[in-house]
Amino acid sequence: MAQVDLAYKITAADDAAADDAVDSAPVRRLAFYYRRLLGRGVGWIVPALTLTLWAVASRHEWVAPQILPAPAAVAQTLLEQIRSGDLFLNFGISLGRVAVGFTLGCVLGVVLGVSMGLSRRVEDYLSPIFNAISQVPVLGWLPLAMMVLGIGESLKFVIIAHASLVPVAINTLKGIRSVPRNYIEVAKAFQFSKRQLLRKVVFPATVPAIFVGLRYGLTQAWLSLVTVELLASSEGLGFMIVWGRQLFQLDLVLSAIIIVGVVGLLLDRGLARLERRLLRWQPVWDLTGGGT
Amino acid sequence: MSAIAASFTSLRFRRGLVVPLLVLVAWELITHYKLANVHLLASPTAVLKSFAVQAKEGELFSQLLASLRRDLSGFALGSLAGLLLGSAMGTSRVADRLFGPSFDAAKQVAVFAWIPLISVWFGNGEPAKVVFIGLAAFYPVVVNTYQGIRSVSREHVEVTRAFRFSRLQTFRKVALPAALPAIFSGLHLALIYAWLATLGAEYLLAPAPGIGNLMIDGRESMAMDKVLLGVILAGLIGFSLNAAAARVEAYFLRWRVRNA
Repeated sequence: MAQVDLAYKITAADDAAADDAVDSAPVRRLAFYYRRLLGRGVGWIVPALTLTLWAVASRHEWVAPQILPAPAAVAQTLLEQIRSGDLFLNFGISLGRVAVGFTLGCVLGVVLGVSMGLSRRVEDYLSPIFNAISQVPVLGWLPLAMMVLGIGESLKFVIIAHASLVPVAINTLKGIRSVPRNYIEVAKAFQFSKRQLLRKVVFPATVPAIFVGLRYGLTQAWLSLVTVELLASSEGLGFMIVWGRQLFQLDLVLSAIIIVGVVGLLLDRGLARLERRLLRWQPVWDLTGGGT
Repeated sequence: MSAIAASFTSLRFRRGLVVPLLVLVAWELITHYKLANVHLLASPTAVLKSFAVQAKEGELFSQLLASLRRDLSGFALGSLAGLLLGSAMGTSRVADRLFGPSFDAAKQVAVFAWIPLISVWFGNGEPAKVVFIGLAAFYPVVVNTYQGIRSVSREHVEVTRAFRFSRLQTFRKVALPAALPAIFSGLHLALIYAWLATLGAEYLLAPAPGIGNLMIDGRESMAMDKVLLGVILAGLIGFSLNAAAARVEAYFLRWRVRNA
């Protein structure tokens, strides 16, 4: 049994085999319940325990409420924020910033990636400086951008655009480079024009890689938005967090953090959905790989 | 040697120099002829001078060291915790089911959003910074370790069963080596995130010597030469960490059969 409950992709057939191996009925029943317990419900144990501990700790004031507000207080603040419309206002502002910056970054990133991918000459000219620029972490540019652009909206757009541009451009370039040679040979055999080659072969083969870049870019965009808003903003979700911290209202901080998480999740899932939809014609390959 | 010399005189290399040189020349000319606000825009020579001055005073070196120490201690903390949780979740179904959903939920929060909370819980100083950097490094290591262990091939697992390997043996002799490439890419990502987080922590938490702090100071005193110096250093450190990680990775994975 000890080996069997290792978690490597154990299939139902294996489980059945394991059951056969154990002869006595009580043990089998125990194994059944054990496996059943391992079902979806188990995932709630840790959050539930955390929540209980949290609630008990704040009820008995083991920790000062300024340092750890009660879960109920957080929930109440969250509801209040929703009811008063403050949340939607800040949320809308943040989302608008991401929309503009991300669109800008994606368009530039795809153009850059495609042009470097298709022309050796463009790549020779641009790739060293592109590599140099992308070596500096997005946040490294922030103080410089703040000096040049001030702390207005353009700062947010530029930082978010830059954050999404780099992964989009890199993945687009990689995608174009990795179009299978034999596809191109087939196209040549059919005497495709250059335009046909691009439209019918190169771009469709590149789309999955571009989507990997887009998803990664969106994660980066959201991350940098929060950071920019923490550092230089007077509205938006990041600002809500800073504001709550300054007032020592951690319930506000925590509820904003929850919203940041939910939005991050929704953005990623939304893009994954769009990706599946656009790539319906393709056999499923897992291109997302590791990483966050 | 001649190959290296040839690559420096190649068309490719010369083309690659064009854009950076143009930028440098334009930048120097603009500042020289005061075409833009010179108070704001420092010339390339000013940046070089600032570099020379700061390097001579030894201040630059200590800032660099402070940042690196912070970065690496956070990275060590975060990746160690990440390796533990990732391998627990990868090898034990119970751990996976217990922690998986909570981990996935926590991962969704943009990591910088935790800074204000961390500053309440851990203060504003060094411990808070290291904890935050550790958190940033933690996520990619968990995800990649978990996926690496999970993707151990069926055949290998069957062999271990045939040989009646103990759980520990299976982990040490099969799962770990098979997961190593994924674990390394997780660590590599963690290194990148940790450096990003180091800069963020220096911006957002209490001022202490460091590259991020150098830039923030420069911005506040409108000394663009300092800021640009910081940008260049941030890039160089990021690049060197990257290169070092790739080296270490190649060394530890040299047993792998290369088929590409």
